[in-house]
Amino acid sequence: MADDKDVLRDVWFGRIPTCFTLNQDEVTEREAEPYYLLLPRVSYLPLVTDKVKKHFLKVMKAEDVEEMWLEYEGTPLKWHYPIGVLFDLHASNTVLPWSITVHFKFFCPLVAKKLQYRDLLHCTSNSVIEAHFMSSIKEADALKHKSQVVNDMQKKDHKQLWMGLQNDKFDQFWAINRKLMEYPTEEGGFRYIPFRIYQTMSDRPFIQKLFRPVSPEGNVHTLGDLLKEMYPAALPNDGEQKRYQVVIHGIEPLLETPLQWLSEHLSHPDNFLHICVIPTPTD
Amino acid sequence: MPVSLLWAVDVYGRVYSLSTAGQQWEQCRDAQMEFKRVTAAQQCCWGIACDNNIYLNVHASDLPVRYQEETYENQRWNPVDGFSDRLLPSDRWQLSDVTGLQHQPLDNFRLPSSSWEWEGDWYVDENFEGEPTEKEGWSYAIDFPATYTKDKKWNSCVRRRRWLRYRRYKAMDTWAKIPSQQTTLPDPFSDISCGGWEINEEPRGRLSLWAVSLQGKVWFREGIYHHNPEGSLWEEVPLPGEVVQISCGPGDLVWAVLWEGQLIVREGIGRDCPKGTSWAMVDSPSPDVGATHVAVGVNVVWALTKDNKVWFRRGVNSHNPCGSGWISMVGEMIMINVGLNDQVLAIGSEDRAVYFRQGVTSSELSGKTWKVISVPRDGDRSHSSASAHSLQSAGCYFCGEVRAQSLVTKVRSAGPAVLEEETIPLEGEVKAPDVGVSLSPSQSVGPLDPQWSNVDLEEAQGQQAQTGAVVDTADTSSLSSVATFTLAMEDPYGVDEHPMWAWVSGGGCSVDSHTQLNWFNSMVQSVQSMSLSVTPAQTAAWRKQIFEQLSERTKREMDNFRHYEQAIEQSVWVKKGTMQWWRDWKPHKWIDVHFALEQFSGPEGNKDGILFIYYNFYEEKKYLHAFVNEVTILVPVLNDSKHSFAIYTPERTKQRWPIRLSAATELEMHDWLALLSVSCCDSRGIQGPPSKQAIWSITCKGDIFVSEPSLSLEAMPYPTPCDQMFWRQVGGHLRVVECNSIGIVWGIGYDHTAWVYTGGYGGGFFQGLASSTDNIYTQVDVKNVYIYENQRWNPVTGYTNRGLPTDRYMWSDASGLHECTKTNMKPPSPHWTWVSDWTIDYSVSGGTDKEGWQYAADFPASYHGHKTMKDFVRRRRWARKCKLTTTGPWQEVPPIPLSDVTILPCAAQSSVDVVPLWAISNKGDVLCRLGVTALTPAGSSWLHVGTDQPFKSISIGAASQVWAIARDGSAFYRGSVSSQSPAGDCWYHIPSPSKQKLKQVSVGRTSVYTVDENGNLWYRQGVTPSYPQGSSWEHISNNVRKVSAGPLDQVWIIADKVQGSHSLSCGTVCHRLGVQPLEPKGQSWDYGIGGGWDHITVRGNSMEPPRVHLPSLTERTPLPVRNTEINSSAVGC
Repeated sequence: MADDKDVLRDVWFGRIPTCFTLNQDEVTEREAEPYYLLLPRVSYLPLVTDKVKKHFLKVMKAEDVEEMWLEYEGTPLKWHYPIGVLFDLHASNTVLPWSITVHFKFFCPLVAKKLQYRDLLHCTSNSVIEAHFMSSIKEADALKHKSQVVNDMQKKDHKQLWMGLQNDKFDQFWAINRKLMEYPTEEGGFRYIPFRIYQTMSDRPFIQKLFRPVSPEGNVHTLGDLLKEMYPAALPNDGEQKRYQVVIHGIEPLLETPLQWLSEHLSHPDNFLHICVIPTPTD
Repeated sequence: MPVSLLWAVDVYGRVYSLSTAGQQWEQCRDAQMEFKRVTAAQQCCWGIACDNNIYLNVHASDLPVRYQEETYENQRWNPVDGFSDRLLPSDRWQLSDVTGLQHQPLDNFRLPSSSWEWEGDWYVDENFEGEPTEKEGWSYAIDFPATYTKDKKWNSCVRRRRWLRYRRYKAMDTWAKIPSQQTTLPDPFSDISCGGWEINEEPRGRLSLWAVSLQGKVWFREGIYHHNPEGSLWEEVPLPGEVVQISCGPGDLVWAVLWEGQLIVREGIGRDCPKGTSWAMVDSPSPDVGATHVAVGVNVVWALTKDNKVWFRRGVNSHNPCGSGWISMVGEMIMINVGLNDQVLAIGSEDRAVYFRQGVTSSELSGKTWKVISVPRDGDRSHSSASAHSLQSAGCYFCGEVRAQSLVTKVRSAGPAVLEEETIPLEGEVKAPDVGVSLSPSQSVGPLDPQWSNVDLEEAQGQQAQTGAVVDTADTSSLSSVATFTLAMEDPYGVDEHPMWAWVSGGGCSVDSHTQLNWFNSMVQSVQSMSLSVTPAQTAAWRKQIFEQLSERTKREMDNFRHYEQAIEQSVWVKKGTMQWWRDWKPHKWIDVHFALEQFSGPEGNKDGILFIYYNFYEEKKYLHAFVNEVTILVPVLNDSKHSFAIYTPERTKQRWPIRLSAATELEMHDWLALLSVSCCDSRGIQGPPSKQAIWSITCKGDIFVSEPSLSLEAMPYPTPCDQMFWRQVGGHLRVVECNSIGIVWGIGYDHTAWVYTGGYGGGFFQGLASSTDNIYTQVDVKNVYIYENQRWNPVTGYTNRGLPTDRYMWSDASGLHECTKTNMKPPSPHWTWVSDWTIDYSVSGGTDKEGWQYAADFPASYHGHKTMKDFVRRRRWARKCKLTTTGPWQEVPPIPLSDVTILPCAAQSSVDVVPLWAISNKGDVLCRLGVTALTPAGSSWLHVGTDQPFKSISIGAASQVWAIARDGSAFYRGSVSSQSPAGDCWYHIPSPSKQKLKQVSVGRTSVYTVDENGNLWYRQGVTPSYPQGSSWEHISNNVRKVSAGPLDQVWIIADKVQGSHSLSCGTVCHRLGVQPLEPKGQSWDYGIGGGWDHITVRGNSMEPPRVHLPSLTERTPLPVRNTEINSSAVGC
């Protein structure tokens, strides 16, 4: 059987084929060709869309260009969610490639009203993403090891994590990240599992609470245990049709999968286990 | 950790044992009668039965207990009869001991007890000092007593020969009565305690056994060791009072309790005097209440007083066996015992349950809490079988009685009875000053005033105990535990519902603070595991699901879109750091450098990289670089202060001058090594575990390396040069490694522990990606560090540490050139930590006197173990143990420590075929492992193969030819080894090359190679299938340390003194070139990685090289291009 390490590689090298098209309302000098790209699931949009920006700027006048932002079927895509989460949440079960609309102006009134729109504005540079990414890692380590591991690291280790993500260097990233995934054997897991449960049906951004990988009686908690406590509606009732899919990295792990294992192997580089609960498609 | 046993006796006198891996008490069925007490060691258990006799239960092990009886037959020549047994009146007996003083006819030898049997009849020993004698085993001399030779000379007037007979101890695993002596003992025994095995390792298996008789006398059993497990006689030990109970620890501690309630401590116990010399008195912990019981370990003493209080003695060690003060502990016990590693066991006074002291470590000897051992007994039908049964099968669950269910809850509730306890505050101890100086009985509790604190503590303790009890009942849903207690009070011995224990002994029970025990709450656990835990099949299901879905995802999201552009371009990645470099030019020294690794993807997507070392050369910035794909090895280097490693390329190997770097911290070095190693493996496309054909080697630091042999490694005439072999490290620490071509790999640690390879990779500093997830285990190794104390004699003061000005350091290493004192000596590298204090080492070759001194005329000279008139200097060796803990793909094979191992090299037909594996124990016994297959490489058990003398090296060839080397340096061939008879039938003595003592042997497909103690490599000539012993030894090379012959008859060695262009190296891997079926000795050497190598095995490489057709015109095989100028003897220089 394949080694658990292969899962880390598969997770890291997950790619979403994407087709970028320019919004109809943008003023262009000539028609803009769509742009095709393989986006890393574990990365963030601003880190991987430089090429897209360059491509469309070629057909636009400089005075028409404000900041670039992206939208999928009317939903603005938040820059601080991992790309895979955005895709699973909004576009799973659709036809590939994923079709993203590129905007350079903020004149869409529908979007402007939404509060989260402000998030988009603030991503002015990669250093903002870096700060966000590092704070996620620190938050995750606070849950996992009372911040002991991340605080023991040197500045250059932190940098290496970020550079690993930015440059898509799996080995570089994991050389440091493995330390964040360690735990004392006698405890059977982290202190708490860093997770976020996303849903499309609610305004609440995500669910995040304290949850231990092992019960006080010493039983291993599973994905099912987590959902039962955090989001019971996501679980199918007996005999009922499955209403929701529980998706992590585009796959649906079995509910009896141990949570600790998931946290070690299917977490994003920010060290959080991002779980998307989406309605089962009604074909 | 090997499985070992805890022994106990219940109140009915039934003896039980509990395995460290077990979950229930097993009754010792063969005990014919009830026992009162037991005392255990690892190899045996002693007991007093109700007939007041002492019984011994020797645990069957793979090594039988055999005793060699010998007697000498002496003859004198006379002109009439030639040699005959008609001796002169002044001569010795016809049959005598070796000195000739004792008359020893063959029929005088009797079995010592009914527990012994003869193995066979008397036979003549035909070996003489490692050489076979002429028929009948005679050796000759001019007269008695004189020097004997094996050859008869013109002046040989007397001759003698040795008769041998073995007897075997047969009463294994049963209770055998120790025969009472002729001199009848005055009264029956009432207490017994064994220990003392750490005082002296010689003779092997030595034990001290102390016994107390009903009249309060103490007896010491003389002469107990491995070959004489019953001991020989009882000796009375004079006493200052009447003893009621005695306890002997593994080391030199012996304490006893007197009738009056004081304690006595045996003093003067040591190597040469296991019985000790005198007693010192220690007062009872409590002034009003006398002591009733004492238990000692290596560095601890625990005691009980009449009121069942528990006490811990502070400050006890070998130098101060009396300790310094008592500390009161929580709990009420009626019996207490200290097992191995100073772990503590006790029997509760109330519930008669066995308690284990949790949290006892070498730094916290008093432990943390008492935890009840709550496992059922094998006889407890109502407890275990019924309830477990009803739970195990769901079908029976409903038809099973309700009773079974309720019993389960009962046991569950008894489970978590842990008496919580705070750390004992120091003020709480009762000080007893000036303890143990004299036998004055009037000593009382010291005049200091810890009175208040003592009282205070007791109160606090009472409260604690109460709260403990409350907590206990609170979380145990009350009913059952209350019921248990009332039952116990009404009729303490009537109910058999839960075991009532009378005695426990942990002397054979190897547990430490890390051991995972299943002794607590076992029922709760088993209930849980049956109902809730995930079965392996389900585990596979969720994991399988994830693997499947991920590959589906790849197909869905990526396979059709491969032509899309990647969002992030691959770029060069540089990792930089600072290090120190051992500069190439003279004077060599460490200089600060910048170090960088640049990694990039090659044209075909393969990764590659370059190493840069930036340095300053006379103010000028310069750099040195190496391509990652040219690096052949990264070797951690042994250095007691620097964290250094060496980088070799083929060029650097030829120079014998690697790039030596040192990092600032161990962590930094490990990070770099792990990174560089991954980078090197990536550039060569190597990943995962080593192949079955892999070549394994070990450096003098104990690091393990593997190399994947190329197909052309053994090719003729152009093999892969062995300096181009790429070696990667595998976690773990070993001294010897041996493998075969189906992937069975065994290793032996410096402490002689046997290890089997688990199939994993990585471990050690390889973490995360460079290491396999499973199959990596903790590995511990222990070795000795030696220093020498040197003294010179002068007429005034005798031997002193004042030497001549020209003398060596008074504390030095073996050479005397470096000063090594007890305080400045460091462990070999920062990974090692000291685990013992400095002790005198008596096991030095040449022998020592009673204080460990060896004498010589002057430094440096050959030393001997006794002082003569001509000796003016002396030295003695001090040893200190240090320990290393690491991880690697190795699992321990308990329990016998080994010194050599060999595995049949060629491929088995299937994975279940049994593979012959032979080994030598560190005592020199020859062993044959049963049940070794590719699936079960650890095998099942050892089969002992009898020999007349201890062995040191062994090797089995592809056709099951077994060769071995005895400790006296002679060789032996084992006859008739086959799959039907895996152990063969007898040893054939093979004379060693003249005047040489052999030390190691390796047998390939047909060739047999040996190495002698002077570093000569020998090839056995004339070996044919019909005459497998061969005819003579042929010298091949000198300066050889070790040889490994493989299944293709390939020959690899570790050579000393290989000259490179920059430096000389010792411990170099060399490959014999030109080995062919018609020229099995080969022609010359090719030099590979080194120095600093200690061991290599090529016995896994059975890949036949591709055949090259040579032009028929060539009469002789052309010599390889490289090293043509070097012939076989050029290894030396």
